[in-house]
Amino acid sequence: MPGSIRNRVAILGMGCTRFGERWDASASDLIVDAAYQAFNDAGIGPEEIQAAWVGTSTGSTGMTISEPLRLQYIPVTRVENACATASDAFRNACYAVAAGIYDIVLAIGVDKFKDSGISGLGDGGTPGPSHSMVAESTPPRSFAMLATTYFAKYGLTFEEGKHMIGRVSWKSHENGMRNKNAHFQGKVTMEQILNAPMVAWPLGLFDCCGVSDGCAAAIITTPEIAKARKKDPVFVKALQIAMAPRDGSYNQNFDFLHVEATVRAAEAAYKEAGITNPREQISMAEVHDCFSITEAVTMEDLRFSPRGKVRDDIESGFFDLDGKLPVQVDGGLKCFGHPIGASGLRMLYEMYLQLQGRADELLNPGFPSRQLKNPKLGLTHNLGGAPDGCAIFVGIVGLEGA
Amino acid sequence: MAGIISFGAYIPYYRLPLSVIGQMWGQPGGRGEKAVAGSDEDPVTMSVAAGLDCLKGIDPKTIEALFMATTCAPYRERQSANIVAGALDIPRAARNTDFNNCLRAGTSAMLSALDAVKAGSLNTVLVTAADMRLGGAAGGDEMNFGDGSAALLFGKDKVAVEIEDSYTLSDDLADYWRDSEDKFVRHWEDRFGREQGYLKIPKEAVDGLLKKAKVSKGDINKVCLYGPNARVQGTLAKQMGFKPELVQDPLLGAVGDAGTALPLMILVGALEEAKPGDRILLVSYGNGSCAMLLRVTEEIKNIQERRGIKKHLEIKKILNSYGRYLRWRGMVSLAPAARPPAGAASMSAQWREHETALPLYGVKCRKCGTPQLYLSQSSTRAHICLQCLSRDDFEPYRFADKQGTVRSFSHDFLAGGIDPPATAAVIDFDGGGRGQFLMVDREPDECKVGMRVEMTFRQLRYTLGAYTYFWKCKPVRD
Repeated sequence: MPGSIRNRVAILGMGCTRFGERWDASASDLIVDAAYQAFNDAGIGPEEIQAAWVGTSTGSTGMTISEPLRLQYIPVTRVENACATASDAFRNACYAVAAGIYDIVLAIGVDKFKDSGISGLGDGGTPGPSHSMVAESTPPRSFAMLATTYFAKYGLTFEEGKHMIGRVSWKSHENGMRNKNAHFQGKVTMEQILNAPMVAWPLGLFDCCGVSDGCAAAIITTPEIAKARKKDPVFVKALQIAMAPRDGSYNQNFDFLHVEATVRAAEAAYKEAGITNPREQISMAEVHDCFSITEAVTMEDLRFSPRGKVRDDIESGFFDLDGKLPVQVDGGLKCFGHPIGASGLRMLYEMYLQLQGRADELLNPGFPSRQLKNPKLGLTHNLGGAPDGCAIFVGIVGLEGA
Repeated sequence: MAGIISFGAYIPYYRLPLSVIGQMWGQPGGRGEKAVAGSDEDPVTMSVAAGLDCLKGIDPKTIEALFMATTCAPYRERQSANIVAGALDIPRAARNTDFNNCLRAGTSAMLSALDAVKAGSLNTVLVTAADMRLGGAAGGDEMNFGDGSAALLFGKDKVAVEIEDSYTLSDDLADYWRDSEDKFVRHWEDRFGREQGYLKIPKEAVDGLLKKAKVSKGDINKVCLYGPNARVQGTLAKQMGFKPELVQDPLLGAVGDAGTALPLMILVGALEEAKPGDRILLVSYGNGSCAMLLRVTEEIKNIQERRGIKKHLEIKKILNSYGRYLRWRGMVSLAPAARPPAGAASMSAQWREHETALPLYGVKCRKCGTPQLYLSQSSTRAHICLQCLSRDDFEPYRFADKQGTVRSFSHDFLAGGIDPPATAAVIDFDGGGRGQFLMVDREPDECKVGMRVEMTFRQLRYTLGAYTYFWKCKPVRD
């Protein structure tokens, strides 16, 4: 019988760099920036870190961080789980504290993509010699299949479907505009979104997030230490990973309308956190909006919207900043940015700031407040891979009593 | 008795009107069109396509040899016939051979197949012939050359077409040639080739055949006469004394000069309309000439309906872009792709799994009966059933011969490639099982969830001087 992480660990401090095309910064620069933000926020020095987990899709070994941070012979584990990388580094760090092995640990996620010379990621195939009889796919192509099937199943015309997913991106841009650390801070109109060039039909340019450079970090500790050192620490309520058997393209049970691994991870997380009605109980969420359709389908998989009905919630503004359940409060992958190995901790960072009432620390000058009113529980979700086969993380954090 | 027991053909989907070429170069392009292989097709893939057509209703495991003819083999050293045989699911214990370097290679392969069956050393031999010679831009060959393939199955039971006799002249007459580095065919003066070559030698071969077989021209019901273009082919037929109605359509206005495949394609066209008792004269040309006398038997009536020449001529899309053609043939310097290069194919990994990957085998679970594919970047071998999770309790199950229905798809403009967008589709196979494949020979606008597709063997990538072939899907068009 699996145990529960609920309230067994707390976050002592967090940090996150500005995401974007960081032509000015190396991975090492980003790591030092995020780590020292977290150290300062926690009120500790690096010498208090007893162990660390680093998530990165491009680095290698724990020396990814021990070298730039000059960590002195502590254990460091490198974690890789595609877009769920940072969240999984956080999860492993939490378990080590919950197990009583360490008091204070670091989880950090980083990726530096913009030195690669290309837009987006590679073809997604294994580099180097491989069997290579399978065509390489691109991420937009894999996720576009969800949209094709969703439109067909629910009888949406191309225009209706495009508007629905376009509205998802429009909302994220509205949120990203207010965030001074977001990759994309420009205002976009629905007209721009709907008329943008196709990337992978039916997904156009604004249906796709870019890739970014960035780093985010968290210091995790025991509830006792957290309460002793912090006024209102954020507690971990649930940490779940569900790994799909990657059979969606081979198993006829997979419907290309939902992502089963998200459903599994979410239900396990709700059970772990004692949540029965997520649409009512979750205050806010940062989900994996690598593509607009991914976010739309995820709203149904998380039971935020009834199956087949997400369009109503999207179009009515249910997930907007002033809606009932704000999603992508910081702009999401779409606008805050997506350095694969850092994204999960970036999401957590937004939940952490909102729960502590500190969201306006990142407010773009001249914009109205980003701070939500009295959030209690925040959910983060990552999808690593493609709809037909993915690593899913669902985590829930909240204030002590929530 | 030995002879042809089945036949099939293939003509690529795309047809380039000669007027489009003419327009490009400010010349009259003339009437007609030429068949153009897609950007991922070559003589290997076209041989597989014709082979699939020919083997409709026939168990490929009964084939004992594959003879493949082409002058455009993808490799100078690596046997094309083995790739074709693998894709067609012909057993490993087969005596495969390539016939190359001459436009008579197709008819040479036919005679070798016939002799092997006659001699009793082989029971069934599949002959395929495919060509796609490249004409240099703005030259005459660009107008004349077309792409296509044919397949003939030789055996000794239920022979539908008997080969009564043959007569071959082998001449080192170099009216055209390509050395091992040449991309395009070189010609000696046209009039030399016409007068000393094409208009002379086939006539000598036919005269020799008729004399040898003691048959008169009046006994011939159909003449299948290869020609490099319609005008000169018509001249030769006339000079030989055959009435126009006896001369089978040489496909030169619809396909073009498909090289070593053309005589066999013309023959397949004739067989589609042949009646028992018909006598057919087949004539090839190239460094000499080969003439064959064929007689159609009652068995022709029992040959299953197939696409052959007639239906493939109808299944077509006019290619109105000369630029797209140049791009497919690698004749134009493209802007460098802003994408990382594809990972190199691994010869050891491909060999390890050639028995499943090449003929597109998945498995069927013995416990729960679920047919399933396993196509990961690192393996095509399933071990654990995706339905009932039992381990290694499977029987082989072939998907290449199944049609399917599109479950989802996308047109990928990011992936690049020679002919963007790349269309990928998830298809559910008739009888169960699913796979994700690239879709070719499709118009983006026609793609819909629920559309019907079939499998087609194509080039997937080219790395380290080697082609990786794999299956893609295409719309069913009949």
